Amino acid sequence: MTAMISVTGLTKDFVLHTQGGTVIPVFADLHLEVAAGECVCLHGPSGSGKSTLLRSLYANYKPGAGHIRVAHRGEWVDLTQAEPWQVVEVRRHSVGYVSQFLRVIPRVPALEVVAEPAKLVGIAAEEAEARAKALLTRLNIPERLWTIAPATFSGGEQQRVNIARGFVRDYPILLLDEPTASLDAANRQVVIDLILEAKARGVAIVGIFHDAEVREAVANRLFEVTAFQKSAA
Amino acid sequence: MSAAMAMDLAGERRPLLKVDRLTKHYGEQVGCEDVSFVLYPGEVIGIVGESGSGKSTLLNVLSAQMHPTTGTVDYDLRAQGPRDIFTLSEPERRKLMRTDWGIVHQNPRDGLRMNVSAGGNVGERLMAIGARHYGELRREGLDWMTKVELDTSRIDDKPKTFSGGMQQRLQIARNLVTRPRLVFMDEPTGGLDVSVQARLLDLLRGLVRELGIAAIIVTHDLAVVRLLADRLMVMRRGRVVEAGLTDQVLDDPHHPYTQLLVSSVLQV
Ligand SMILES: Nc1ncnc2c1ncn2[C@@H]1O[C@H](COP(=O)(O)OP(=O)(O)OP(=O)(O)O)[C@@H](O)[C@H]1O
Ligand SMILES: Nc1ncnc2c1ncn2[C@@H]1O[C@H](COP(=O)(O)OP(=O)(O)OP(=O)(O)O)[C@@H](O)[C@H]1O
Ligand SMILES: [Mg+2]
Ligand SMILES: [Mg+2]
Repeated sequence: MTAMISVTGLTKDFVLHTQGGTVIPVFADLHLEVAAGECVCLHGPSGSGKSTLLRSLYANYKPGAGHIRVAHRGEWVDLTQAEPWQVVEVRRHSVGYVSQFLRVIPRVPALEVVAEPAKLVGIAAEEAEARAKALLTRLNIPERLWTIAPATFSGGEQQRVNIARGFVRDYPILLLDEPTASLDAANRQVVIDLILEAKARGVAIVGIFHDAEVREAVANRLFEVTAFQKSAA
Repeated sequence: MSAAMAMDLAGERRPLLKVDRLTKHYGEQVGCEDVSFVLYPGEVIGIVGESGSGKSTLLNVLSAQMHPTTGTVDYDLRAQGPRDIFTLSEPERRKLMRTDWGIVHQNPRDGLRMNVSAGGNVGERLMAIGARHYGELRREGLDWMTKVELDTSRIDDKPKTFSGGMQQRLQIARNLVTRPRLVFMDEPTGGLDVSVQARLLDLLRGLVRELGIAAIIVTHDLAVVRLLADRLMVMRRGRVVEAGLTDQVLDDPHHPYTQLLVSSVLQV
């Protein structure tokens, strides 16, 4: 098995300076390894640090200690040490992230929102748009919405646009934060299929799935975040 | 093999701009203090911070519009490699500003010739680098007016007959026409109403990405940096108190001042 993510000794506290310096310890000395073709489900109660870990894997949050190594073009890059431009490169080529909510960019139509990550790695515009259309179709986004900016879309429509954006590129590593949270059964099944297909291609996936049905369909194993809570907390 | 080629083969990237311990004092008053950072080609960096924190001072020194009290700014000149911009001769500096650099001022009046036609404003920098052919200049003028979504039938009109948002778009066209490698912008959307701002930002975002231009953007608007900047520097009392990837700094701010800045804005 090829390791794609290797997390060692990861520690994260939040210090809230605007609230008298309150310290929120989230996890300490956390270890996690994820192989190609594997889907690991982050598990634990609300507030236990699942999203915090996932965001750290995308270098969106800055851990206080430890290392996060991800496979990037045949080498390991430690996201806790990388220069900003290296993180940008890693995100462009190697690590995709589907956030729980779509961040809408004013005036950019849905089709372009989805096609953009593919264009950014040099895939020709027609090819990128063809992929985007195929995904939007699969995810049941009606064609009349493709040319509209998603600001006015429903929660579930925005989420599906977000998922399409995450799958338009074949990232070797994919991070998913509750991708099916606001979807109906039919669309949930489409997302399950997309995840299973990605696994079959060897994509390493780390996800948060509250829905037991989705979890059972896609996860190889559960990773209990609470196991790394500071015992003092 | 040249040193530069060897570096490229080793996969190293060569900084476009290297800023080392830059300080500017106005007499007793601190403008900016001990600022260091490196900018790579194609990177967009945002500078945010409260009023009087030194953002414009820093930008004006970086763009050689003002001399620093101490510190250096090395810029990778195409032919000569890195040079301290404050050691350039006046003609060298002027050439740099007209070709490789663009400066978008907050007030379009500072960046446009108000009594020259829109087409003339766009063509000026091209003429400065040797373009003479009238048809060619006209074609570029029309092309760039389209790019910044200005009505091409207004090409012979003077900018003083344009609205604020139109003037700002013309200023952007005027600067980008020579495909500069680095653009400095001080509050490019300041003074415009919200709908005009959104359109301008979208336009800037597209152009900067399409042309691979590096940019340094000063703004007090966190939504602007979220949209445009890869990296962010937060300034307070002349110093950079926090810096990093834009989403890192905004989503997981560490410095007390950054936390205050981020929390005082409802939705970024
Ligand atoms: N940006 C932040 N700033 C400050 N505290 C944060 C931040 N993000 C998360 N936290 C805190 O860290 C802890 C873990 O939050 P996190 O969002 O990781 O939980 P979670 O396991 O994803 O929960 P849920 O299942 O409710 O989504 C919480 O106490 C939360 O308040
Ligand atoms: N020409 C000058 N002479 C004296 N002091 C100056 C001069 N220009 C700026 N300053 C001072 O330097 C400090 C930084 O000013 P600067 O214009 O760089 O702030 P800024 O961050 O751009 O603020 P704003 O957001 O209000 O534009 C301020 O205290 C200002 O009063
Ligand atoms: Mg969560
Ligand atoms: Mg200013």
